[in-house]
Amino acid sequence: MTAVRGASDAAGLGRTRAVAFITPGFLLIGAFLVFPALWTLYLGVTDYRLTGIAAADPQVVGLQNYTDAVADPAFRRSLVLTLAFVFGSAIVGQTVMGFLIASSMRSVPTPVKVVVETLVLLAWILPSSVVAFLWVAFLNRGGGTLSAILQSPGTAWLLEYPMASIIVFNTWRGTAFSMLLFSAALSAVPPSQLETARLAGAGAWERFRDVVFPHIRGHVLTNTLLISLWTFNDFSPYLLTAGGPNHATETLPVFIYQRAIYGGELGYGSAISLIMLVINLVIALFYIRLLRERAS
Amino acid sequence: MAPAQSPRRSARVRRRLAPVVAVLVAGGLAACDSASSSSADPSRNADAKEVSLTVASNAIAGGKNAAEAEWYSSYVIPRFVEAQKAKGVTVTVKFQPSGVDDEQYKAKMALDLKSRSGADVIALDGIWVGEFAEAGYIRPLADVAGSGVTSWDGWSQIPKAVQANASYQDKPYGVPAGTDGRVLYFNKKLFAKAGLPQDWQPSSWQDILDAGARLKGVSGVTPVQINAGTAMGEATTMQGALPLLVGTGAEIYQDEKWQGNTQNVRDVLGFYKELVDKGLMDKNFQLGAKGRDESFAAFAAGKVGILLEGDYFWRSVINPDQGSAPMKSRDADVGYALIPAKSKGAGIRGQDVVSMSGGGGYFLNPNTKYPQQAWELLAFMSSPDAIKAMLGDTAKVTARQDVNTQVLGKDPLLGMISGKVLPLTAYRPGLAVYPQVSQALQQATADIISGKSVDEAAKTYGSAVEKVAGGAEKVASS
Repeated sequence: MTAVRGASDAAGLGRTRAVAFITPGFLLIGAFLVFPALWTLYLGVTDYRLTGIAAADPQVVGLQNYTDAVADPAFRRSLVLTLAFVFGSAIVGQTVMGFLIASSMRSVPTPVKVVVETLVLLAWILPSSVVAFLWVAFLNRGGGTLSAILQSPGTAWLLEYPMASIIVFNTWRGTAFSMLLFSAALSAVPPSQLETARLAGAGAWERFRDVVFPHIRGHVLTNTLLISLWTFNDFSPYLLTAGGPNHATETLPVFIYQRAIYGGELGYGSAISLIMLVINLVIALFYIRLLRERAS
Repeated sequence: MAPAQSPRRSARVRRRLAPVVAVLVAGGLAACDSASSSSADPSRNADAKEVSLTVASNAIAGGKNAAEAEWYSSYVIPRFVEAQKAKGVTVTVKFQPSGVDDEQYKAKMALDLKSRSGADVIALDGIWVGEFAEAGYIRPLADVAGSGVTSWDGWSQIPKAVQANASYQDKPYGVPAGTDGRVLYFNKKLFAKAGLPQDWQPSSWQDILDAGARLKGVSGVTPVQINAGTAMGEATTMQGALPLLVGTGAEIYQDEKWQGNTQNVRDVLGFYKELVDKGLMDKNFQLGAKGRDESFAAFAAGKVGILLEGDYFWRSVINPDQGSAPMKSRDADVGYALIPAKSKGAGIRGQDVVSMSGGGGYFLNPNTKYPQQAWELLAFMSSPDAIKAMLGDTAKVTARQDVNTQVLGKDPLLGMISGKVLPLTAYRPGLAVYPQVSQALQQATADIISGKSVDEAAKTYGSAVEKVAGGAEKVASS
């Protein structure tokens, strides 16, 4: 920020008009982002509840909610579940599936490619409620499609394999984004380099490691960052399992909903929300750092 | 916010942040304001010629409480509009339906009322009155609609115990809609297959276990369904833990203390444990997100032997005409028995049989634009003619004695509920903290279903109750 004053005013607006231009943006960000965040910060140090005396007259309890959260086995379990959900469905599931589909679609006839990509995209663009309904029917205990295919009637997938179910569900649901991103990235890998590598006798894995990956590394990081954050904050597993059975799929967003809205503990819920926000920031910083290292 | 900057730049940042700060301050003030509600003039807009009112209830056409939803559209709305028209007032009444679990409905209403919006007349469960009243979401009827409400002729027809369902600290906050009772339903066909009597009346928990063991021999049948787990919410407490608890001789709140980790609670959890260990219950009903609905559907399909429920189950779920899980052969195939105490004489007040009762009512939104007209609508909905119109050919323990004497004879189950169950039933405490105790109890049953030991589940429950009750001295343990 050592620029000369004239150079920083590239648009030639002058200070007053420049401020006039950014004011609406600041107002919107303030009203819908900064204020709610600060308000959450405030609620997190109170015993605010949805109903009862603490709804009318909340008391400041300091860091009580945060110490409670750290000591709360339900919160810790929820955090572990969330990390497992992100790792299983986003980092492993969506990235690997997305890459496999994208790379295998490069060498198939166009009609096949169109059909496959359309199907994968469809899973992504359908409304959550519709998708949830389809999956509840798919995994249903009494006459669900999956049980019919596997000829294992009576298997309550969502109750017997709750985490596996929502991880597979979310992989299916979100693979399209990774697929699109990797398709674009792979088309930027020069075919000549691949050909040279092949002539030099490089196998498939070596070609991937030494030719393809260096070209798409930035895309892999961007993709992982985005889908990790989305998955971390994803609420749609609730539509399948409602956090059950007995909290077995209660990821943090569901945990907050259950405690804050269903249980009425708005103060505690706000504190957890803030912890989630911090975790999000840490994830984002981690990836941004990786990206920077790559750039330099 | 922006540390380690040159003084000139930070001054500029400060100036740019000024509008943001202004928004924060304004928003903060608005948010602080939302909690403090002052009592507004009950006669506001009393002379309006154009009035619009909304009624909210957890009822929806073709789903939950379908008969009630139907009643709004075919009776309440047209008749009330007509009656007002005769007075020269044009009223538009809307019904705002819901068809969800009670806890979700409760959260929705709390958020509506919190933001000072929502319907003008709102149906609420009696156990929510305490916490809603303390939060200032609802107010005594006389505060909202004026002292005129006390002269309503309906009050004399409503028994005090039922009025308590819609009152808080002895002040009426709403008009009760009636009460109910819980019994054990059983499938007579399955009982015949298992060699059990058609007029079954267990006299102890052991009798339920014995009958369950016999039913287990019939293939494809869940012998017993007594609600447990957190997914069912209050239905677990009311149709599971509490009817069992009163069967051990204790109420959830007695002598100014909550039941903590007591022998009574451990007995209840032990009974659940036995049902699970002996394979008499279906875990999937207890733990699934829609387990209660699934258990209803299974009962209607003749796949459940014994099920503990309120008369709601009979009237609104397996009702062959308008039930959410209609059972065509209900009248022929479904039997009912009183809920036994743990053993003879072990129930509260030394009873052999026990039950629990509750009930909701209709409340006025304190922020209604038309308090007088909203009260008129509420009184209209609570008139004998309106209640009889809702019941049609069916029966229900309504709030009004004058209606009950006419309708209860129509249905043998409801006759039994009013004759045999209501005299010995128990009610939940109308305290704001009750729903949290209830949630702890639900969690304890969920722990049992998931395989924890009775002692472990009871211990966790005990400390959870101590936390919500505000200290160990408010909790009984033994």
